[in-house]
This record gives sequence, C-alpha cells and structure tokens, in this order.
Amino acid sequence: MSAPPTLIEPSAAEATQPAREAIVFEEVAIAFEDKKVLNGITFRLPYGESKIILGVAGSGKSTLLKLAIGLLRPDSGRILTLGEDVTSMKEEELFDLRRRVGIVFQESALFDSLRVRENVAFRLYEEGGTRESEIEDRVREVLRFVELEHTLEMFPVELSGGMRRRVAIARAIITKPEVLLYDSPTGGLDPVTSTTIIELIIKQRDVYKTSALLVTHRLQDAFVMATHYFDQRTNKMELLPPGERGEVPLSFLILRDGKVLFDGDTQQLAHSQDQYIREYIS
Amino acid sequence: MELISPGEFAKEKVQSVQDYVLLAVRSVANLFRSPRYFGDAVQQADIIGVGSLPIVLAACFFTGAALALNTAKSLGRFGALTLIGQLVSIGIVTELGPVLAALVVAGRNASGMASELGSMIVTEQIDAMRALGTDPVKKLVTPRVISTVLMMFFLTILGDFLGLLGGNVIATVVLGLDSRQYWSSAWQALEFSDVFTGLTKPLVFGFIISTIGCYYGLSTKGGTQGVGRSTTEAVMWAMILIIAVDVFVTRVLMVILGS
Ligand SMILES: Nc1ncnc2c1ncn2[C@@H]1O[C@H](COP(=O)(O)OP(=O)(O)O)[C@@H](O)[C@H]1O
Ligand SMILES: [Mg+2]
Repeated sequence: MSAPPTLIEPSAAEATQPAREAIVFEEVAIAFEDKKVLNGITFRLPYGESKIILGVAGSGKSTLLKLAIGLLRPDSGRILTLGEDVTSMKEEELFDLRRRVGIVFQESALFDSLRVRENVAFRLYEEGGTRESEIEDRVREVLRFVELEHTLEMFPVELSGGMRRRVAIARAIITKPEVLLYDSPTGGLDPVTSTTIIELIIKQRDVYKTSALLVTHRLQDAFVMATHYFDQRTNKMELLPPGERGEVPLSFLILRDGKVLFDGDTQQLAHSQDQYIREYIS
Repeated sequence: MELISPGEFAKEKVQSVQDYVLLAVRSVANLFRSPRYFGDAVQQADIIGVGSLPIVLAACFFTGAALALNTAKSLGRFGALTLIGQLVSIGIVTELGPVLAALVVAGRNASGMASELGSMIVTEQIDAMRALGTDPVKKLVTPRVISTVLMMFFLTILGDFLGLLGGNVIATVVLGLDSRQYWSSAWQALEFSDVFTGLTKPLVFGFIISTIGCYYGLSTKGGTQGVGRSTTEAVMWAMILIIAVDVFVTRVLMVILGS
C-alpha cells in the first residue's frame, strides 16, 4: 500500500457528513439511441434554493429532472439526491427516496381513471397507515393551498390545463417533500394562469422553504420568482423592495448542446457577457 | 425508417423476450409481496369477465353447432350418429372451448390492456406512478394477471356448456336425436384427463393474454402512434402464442396424465 493511512477517501468522508446539497450532478451523461442528450452535466442545488433550468426545447431539461429521481439512468456520472447516490440504487430502493421528492410533470400526468381526491391522496393510500379521516383532511388542506377544494370529486378530464397543473402540484406536495421538481409548470398556459402557478411555487418556496428545480421556457417566470416573496398575511405574492432582491435563494442553469452553458445567480446572469445568454435574457 | 443489421435486429428480439419473461416473473412474484391490490383486481375481473361473456358464449354456442353438423356428416356414413354427443363434448371441452374463449379475450383484453397502459406511458402517468413511490408492475400488471387467469377459467366453463348446448340444438332439431341421450353420451365421454386438460388451458392462456397485453403496453414508445402499434402487436402475439402453446400444453398433459 503506497497511500498514507491518514488519507481518507473522499467518498467515505462525504458519506459521514450530512448532505448540504439537496441535489448534486457530477459529470452526468445520457444518450438516447446514440443521440447524446446530456453530456457532462455538473451542478449543485443547496438546501433551500430554487434553481431555474433554461434551455431550448429538446435540450434535455425533462431528462435532467427524471434523472434526479432515477426514472432514467445516466450512462455515466453520479447523481446524489438528498445525499443518496441515485445512480447505484435499485428500483425498489428508489421508491423510499422518491417519497421525499415531489415532481410535477410537463403535462401534469394525473391518473385519468381517478378522481382529483384520489389523485392527490395517491401517495397516502399507497403508503398505507393513514386513517381515512386524516387523508380527507390532508387532501382538503393541500387542495385549499392550490385553491381548488371544489374540484375534489371531479375527474382530470373535467379540469382546465391550469387546474390540472395545480392538482399535480397538490399531489406532489401532500407529503411535504424536501425537494420539488417542476417541469414547465407554466407551459401552454395563458399569462394570467401562469402567474397564479408561479405565485403558488413562490408560496411553496417561502412557506415551506422547499428546495426546487424548476424548468421553464418563460424568462418572465424566473423574473417574477426573483423579485417577489409570499406574504402569508395577505395570502398573495408581493414585490420585494429592490434592496432585498439579492437575498432570494435563486439560481439559474442554462443548458445548451448537452452542456451547462451557465450556472449562477441572478446578478451573474444579468452581467453575463456570453452572446447566447444576452440574446436569451433580452 | 432506418435500416438495422440482422445481428442488431436479433439482439433486439432476444432483449424483448428477456424483458417479457422478466415482467411475467415479476407479476407472479408480486403475489407474495404486500401491498396487494385486491380492489384493482376486482375491477379488472369485472371488465374482463362480464365484458367478454356474451361474445365468448356466442362463439362457443355456434362453434358447438357447427361441430355437430360437420361430425354428423362423417358419423352418418358409418351409421354411428348417436356418438355425436361424445365427439362434440370432447372437441369442445379439451380444445375449442378453451381456445375460442382465449382468442376472444385476447382480442378484447390484450388490446385493452396494451392501449390503456400504453396511453399511461405516453402521458407520463407510469413515470408519475414510479415517482410517487409505487411499482407499476405491482399496481397495474399483477391485478390484471390474476383477474385474467381467474376469469378465463370461469368463462371457459360457461363457454364449454354453451358449446355443448349448440351441439344439442343441432342433434335434436336437425338430426332428430333424443336430447337426453345426447347429454348422457356427452357426459360419459369425458374422462378425468379431458376435463383436467380443458381446465388447465384457460389458466395458461389467461396468463399469456395478460402478460403479453401488459408487456406491449408498458414497452410503448413514440406517442399516440406507438399506442396503436403496441395494441395490434399485443393481440397478434397473444393469439399466436395461444395457438402454439395449446399444442405444447396438450402434449405435455398427455404425457403427465398418461393418456
Ligand atoms: N425516453 C426517450 N427515448 C428516446 N429519446 C428521448 C427520450 N426522452 C427524451 N428523449 C430525447 O431527448 C431529447 C431531450 O428531451 P427532453 O429532456 O424532453 O427535452 P426538453 O424537456 O428540454 O424539451 C429530445 O431530443 C428527446 O427526443
Ligand atoms: Mg420537456
């Protein structure tokens, strides 16, 4: 053995410390049928932070979110979610981890054979051990949070696009997950509805301090998230005074051609000299 | 459409068979693991059993009648028309009842399962289920397998009876035979091995139908078009397997039962 005994292997040291990051990607690559979609993605999402993921359609944003909870496996690289190495876990082991993460899919992905009530309560029913009356209370509580208590008995087909998105958010947050993954939550919605969805995301961020990855193509969404906070007294989001805007725990990740083109906070983004980014944010 | 080499093609096929076998094994293994989804199984049983009943009954009734007409022609030549009950009975119970019921259920339910699970794949509902911490094989496949196997069993028994009834109608109305004699010869012709064979087949066929339907559903790729493709492939392969495995099961049971 040539290595001195005092040296601790980095992986062992990491394992003993509590994770400070909700999600870590290290040199992650994935290809579909020889087409490289992500190629060497590295970033960190600290606890309590929201990271906005930007990139053109097909740049791998949805793929990145699915990788984070092991719905897809990377070809190489390492992914740590809530301190656990997703890349080395078996599907059965992942089920427990996934219960601590909420995800809102691009097209909501509500179960269309189930009512709103059963969709939202899905996790509680599956986990078992929760009394029917408590399930009812919690379903009503999260539906009130997204302001859709009246849709309890409806089927997903009876809801508008914006309502489906809100039910999907309710379903994701019912177990109070530590991280939320939002895939284009405002995609295909009108500006007014988009604003109510973003308000909801800000509410979740500021009331429960959840960490989040948020995919969007609307820079407007990112701007609103950077400049607003949720006021629990008025139950509305309010504009932050300019001096406090730097304090919002918000960062940006821009994907391009399978690589991370930009990873940084609002200030860094605003001052970036990259031609592509300047065009993107203008 | 891109061209793929024969080697690549063969590799893909072997991989699909492997995936299918794995799914079939997991669907059974889940029987012994909690949580178990009884509610989902009952709902499926309703869709499969009640939904397929009229068409299975009709198919078996008319096939029994046609069988009686055809055998009557040969039997008449030997002056052995009274044997008609026996021949119809053995033909229906060991072969036509199970196979007809299976083909009907394959057409209705292998396609139904493939398209339902396929739509769930393309709308990301399967991903959502996994993301919510639930195993789709346990929640969706296992209940379908249990229900299909059970329902095939009962559908086949009812189908057999209707097949015999079809033969009876021809025997009495067209051939002018005695109804009581028809039934007693039909009953006496059946040996234990015939009944055993006739009731084992539906269990095997039910397993094939449900696992093939679910396999094609869950391996759907490429949007709504993909759902259509999975659905037709599921029906085609379920039917081919039923007919091929029928020969195999018949032979194996003959050896086992020593007849
Ligand atoms: N399951 C899959 N099979 C094959 N190709 C896929 C799959 N998922 C995504 N892709 C491809 O990967 C690329 C990135 O997809 P996606 O992550 O959905 O992009 P985005 O969400 O940024 O629009 C696309 O070209 C898409 O066609
Ligand atoms: Mg996407």
